[in-house]
Amino acid sequence: MARPPAPDPWAALASATPARIALGRAGPGLPTRASLAFALDHARARDAVHEPLDVAALIGDIGLPVQVVASAAQDRTTYLTRPDLGRQLSPASAASLEADTPCDLVIVLADGLSARAARLQGPPVIAAILDELADFAPGPIIIATQARVALGDEIGAALKARYVAVLIGERPGLSTPDSLGIYLTRDPAIGRSDAERNCISNIHAGGLSAAQAARRLAWLMREAERRGATGVELKDESDTDQGRLTGQASGSQLLE
Amino acid sequence: MSFRQTIGTTVWAFRDLVDLMAKATPLRSGDQLAGIAARSAEESVAARMALADLPLKTFLAQPLIPYEADEVTRLILDSHQATAFAPISSLTVGEFREFLLAETTTADVLAALAPGITPEMAAAVSKIMKLQDLILVSSRCRVTTRFRNTIGLAGTLAVRLQPNHPTDDLAGISASILDGLMYGAGDATIGINPSTDNLGQLTDIHRLVDDLIQRFEIPTQSCVLGHVTSTLKLMERDVPVDLVFQSIAGTEAANAGFGINLGILKEAHEAGLALKRGTIGQNLMYFETGQGSALSANAHHGVDQQTLEARAYGVARAFDPLLVNSVVGFIGPEYLFDGKQITRAGLEDHFCGKLLGCPHGVDICYTNHAEADQDDLDGLLTLLAAAGVTFIMGVPGGDDVMLSYQSTSFHDALYVRELFGLSRAPEFEAWLQKMAVTGPDWALLPRVAQHRLMG
Repeated sequence: MARPPAPDPWAALASATPARIALGRAGPGLPTRASLAFALDHARARDAVHEPLDVAALIGDIGLPVQVVASAAQDRTTYLTRPDLGRQLSPASAASLEADTPCDLVIVLADGLSARAARLQGPPVIAAILDELADFAPGPIIIATQARVALGDEIGAALKARYVAVLIGERPGLSTPDSLGIYLTRDPAIGRSDAERNCISNIHAGGLSAAQAARRLAWLMREAERRGATGVELKDESDTDQGRLTGQASGSQLLE
Repeated sequence: MSFRQTIGTTVWAFRDLVDLMAKATPLRSGDQLAGIAARSAEESVAARMALADLPLKTFLAQPLIPYEADEVTRLILDSHQATAFAPISSLTVGEFREFLLAETTTADVLAALAPGITPEMAAAVSKIMKLQDLILVSSRCRVTTRFRNTIGLAGTLAVRLQPNHPTDDLAGISASILDGLMYGAGDATIGINPSTDNLGQLTDIHRLVDDLIQRFEIPTQSCVLGHVTSTLKLMERDVPVDLVFQSIAGTEAANAGFGINLGILKEAHEAGLALKRGTIGQNLMYFETGQGSALSANAHHGVDQQTLEARAYGVARAFDPLLVNSVVGFIGPEYLFDGKQITRAGLEDHFCGKLLGCPHGVDICYTNHAEADQDDLDGLLTLLAAAGVTFIMGVPGGDDVMLSYQSTSFHDALYVRELFGLSRAPEFEAWLQKMAVTGPDWALLPRVAQHRLMG
């Protein structure tokens, strides 16, 4: 009988990355333990995609006045197959948004593909952003369900915002089912293209912290003020010491 | 011009060539989302029957997207070679399929034909081909490219080592690179998706991989998949850039959504050539594509996503790429709903790319919101290896911890190597043997604790 597969002798390297390295092998295949661990993580990520957002608990954690809106996608299956509906407000939500005066920044916290990410990372990230951007006039905080990134364009335009920051649950990965992304758009309006946004991704316990993300957002907003635009024209050349962890939304495939 | 197909007493009508192509496309969610898919299974087959009777020449006379409105159309038509097209110029789409399947249509015949085939012709014939047709014809195509090694030789399969890290941590990236090299991966490129487009961070990654390649004299090339305008800036600053990457799409408007146009690609290609970093060749562009990107950017002109995808290869081949990669399952279920749709799309993309003369690999992958799992990935991997795919991804354990999707692993490459007897790029294979990673039969050697790569 064949011996069980030996671990790879460079297993110590695994502490440097969350990637699945030094797994060992059984012939060309994965050892059984690694194969089943992968299956378990996939099962969990699948479950995370379909988990609904606990809006009441989220409002409690944010601890500030918020307004809740819904996209035109009425359920999860519709959301997954009809991105166009996830980018529009439901008629009732559209009617509920109005502003008498302009504001600098509207923050939209959206479930996206991971309600868990919005629930866990949303409140501390919002607090950090408000702290970091004290010199900007904040608009309302919006919670949006069955939402895609571009829903922020309609929300921001309705609220006369100069910027909209959409905090959205990213596509769950096997190792990180709860990662949040931020998409910043200047002069939000229906029809903005993805090349007109900047993105900060991988905000979660094993990635970027809330404070780091807020600093990057502040840098991007100040730079966008200076240059008059967000998007591919705005290159992140911020200080290396602060953790250079933002980027432009370079491909629409990454936009949920 | 409208088209009709009569089946029994039913007359199926198609508004124009755009409508005919869309209705003839095997069902996928992206075309349904766009509202252009066939409304019944029979309508789709009727469209395929009408398409089979269409002369190939029609695609030269009737652009799906107007010449005046789209620079990709202009590129396709202006670069079409009538002499290469001559042998098939009198064929219908259906006859073209039969021509492709004939035993006499060899690798040399197909290579000579490529400049005469437009993306729309390739897409049209693929729509009336079964999976086995797509696999067989693809397997006969031979596209060979070179930078520091030779990609695409018969009997080889290359792997892009994809050592991504959620925060671009250099030690983390290095650990995944070493793991991949020890599993014999990395001949196509060592290609990192950065988590940001920060120029300082991109520079650090470029230098890391360049140092590694130089230190161990690895016959391969690095790539950092930042936006092409960022890579241009890096080249101006003398950062060691091997391959120039960009995501591309099949319409001018979709490319604008990516923040690029043909002029920018040309500028970047020329800047890369000026560096003269290739040792045995100067194929240095690396393009990624994927069905649905044009619709996602609301830039599809009513054309089906598979035809637009083939048009992206029309863009790619104009820049003599080293690698073209269809990232087939990445975009999500709104464009390719499940494993069945991903499988067909992957084989179509690879076929169209090869027919057009692209060094075509496939990122065989799926996301956690698609109806797919490892069984679907294994199936498509096996089919594409049979079809002679030029390269696949090598992601540690098949789990990309930065992009949050599942792709093929270092292990998966070993599986198809054993199954189909596929070796690596010869220069890289020789290096692996020299480094005692593989033996003379190019199988992995038993692991040793103190390997020199770990020093």
